[in-house]
Amino acid sequence: MSERPVVAIVAFPGSNDDRDAAWALGAVGAEPVLVWHEDDELPDETGAVVLPGGFSYGDYLRCGAIASLAPAMDAVGRFAAAGGPVLGICNGFQILCEARLLPGVLRPNRELEFVCRDATVRVESADTLFMRRCEEGQELVIPVKHGEGAWYADDGQFVQLAARGQIVLRYTEDVNGSLGNVAAVVNEAGNVMGLMPHPEHAVDPLLGSADGGLLLAALVDAAAEHRLAVA
Amino acid sequence: MLVRPKQGILDPQGEAVQGSLRKLGFDVSRVRVGRVLDVELAANGAEEAREQVERMCADLLANPLIESFEILLEEE
Repeated sequence: MSERPVVAIVAFPGSNDDRDAAWALGAVGAEPVLVWHEDDELPDETGAVVLPGGFSYGDYLRCGAIASLAPAMDAVGRFAAAGGPVLGICNGFQILCEARLLPGVLRPNRELEFVCRDATVRVESADTLFMRRCEEGQELVIPVKHGEGAWYADDGQFVQLAARGQIVLRYTEDVNGSLGNVAAVVNEAGNVMGLMPHPEHAVDPLLGSADGGLLLAALVDAAAEHRLAVA
Repeated sequence: MLVRPKQGILDPQGEAVQGSLRKLGFDVSRVRVGRVLDVELAANGAEEAREQVERMCADLLANPLIESFEILLEEE
């Protein structure tokens, strides 16, 4: 068994940030392993899962809807149910919502424009394993690039999520019409998070920001702990 | 099946189409864009077909948070 915690990255047809995620996770201490969407098991040593960005299945029907039914997602569902940490980035966030592992849904940006730029997000809740290297109120600069990133939930659900600390990141300005400027949400158990910004594109100051590395490094910590817990 | 954005859900695509129709001189007060799915299936009668299609909509074809659906059945 490798000393670096294994993070499984599930690639679907149309994923395009799987290798960037692998590179970035490697840079913060993980042993990244790519898993194909048709695989119905994750590698035995998996300590965490990343669902990467892209346009799985060409965004047919609704973003993430087809991918949410892939064989690998059954394995991800079992891993999450056992407490394993799962991070969905961009299309991965859309997939987790469609798989009903996360609340809400991602809709077309209000202005119908593809946004591709650095976004500033504020940490609303640091009380999750994904944000343990950040502080509440801290502002992070992480790029976004999406056409369908307007998160939506009904009013009752939104109030409940906010009260429970499940709204993890908010944009500091209106980026895409997302309800409450929400950029990231976590499930009730706290081990599944989705976000529209791309932490894997922000791990080196040379490229503008290393703030994404804080999230990915926290995931790697959590992966190591999960392996110990199930060993 | 006709799948539509639910009442009260913002439909930016519909708004963009409405703007274009107005530009063409049509006095359109609202446009909503949904989608049509034609599904052929074998079933013992309309009741069973409807039951199957309802499950398809609930499980995959419509997201109940934001979309409503209507089923139109045709016998062959």
